Amino acid sequence: MNLQLSHFSAAVLFAVFASVVFGITQRSGPRAQFRYGLYCFVMFVGGVLVAGWLMWLLRR
Amino acid sequence: MANPSAEKTTDSSAQGTGAMAVLAPAVGWLIPGAGHLIQRRWGRGVLLMASVVTMFFLGLASQGHIFHPNGGDILDILGFVGDVGAGALYVIATAMDWGHGAIAHATADYGTKFLIVAGLLNFISVADAYHIAIGKKP
Repeated sequence: MNLQLSHFSAAVLFAVFASVVFGITQRSGPRAQFRYGLYCFVMFVGGVLVAGWLMWLLRR
Repeated sequence: MANPSAEKTTDSSAQGTGAMAVLAPAVGWLIPGAGHLIQRRWGRGVLLMASVVTMFFLGLASQGHIFHPNGGDILDILGFVGDVGAGALYVIATAMDWGHGAIAHATADYGTKFLIVAGLLNFISVADAYHIAIGKKP
């Protein structure tokens, strides 16, 4: 099997799995876990988008 | 006046907690998420297992490289430490001779990172299973 993920899909998958683990392990209640997991996901993907635009600006 | 039956119950409870404090991290390392499952944290255990196992197999499917015990480059040593966190997944992948990481395309290195991070995330879940076992976390 040879899976070829794009850069963005790899980053999103990474963000999903890491956020699930961070949410469960770093907070106690289910609601707090869900909110923290969502926060981590937004930060991961947001960081990717911001870094992407910064590189685009630097390249110009 | 001391209540002997209450003391006995407390002692056996402490022994149970002590045994679980060793068993949960060990089982959790060997089988990702199982440290939570044996403590009846079903939802958390299944989610942790799904995350770590899926990430590990995505890494293998992306032609990621599995590091073996080595005394060479520091990054190779750290790669091995990360990989070995996946427990039985690492043992099985090594036994089956998977993870040679023939870098044939630009994103193949993501596979290597997915394998390492799957192991590191399992280390975090092992620590969480321990905290549940000692009563530090509900």
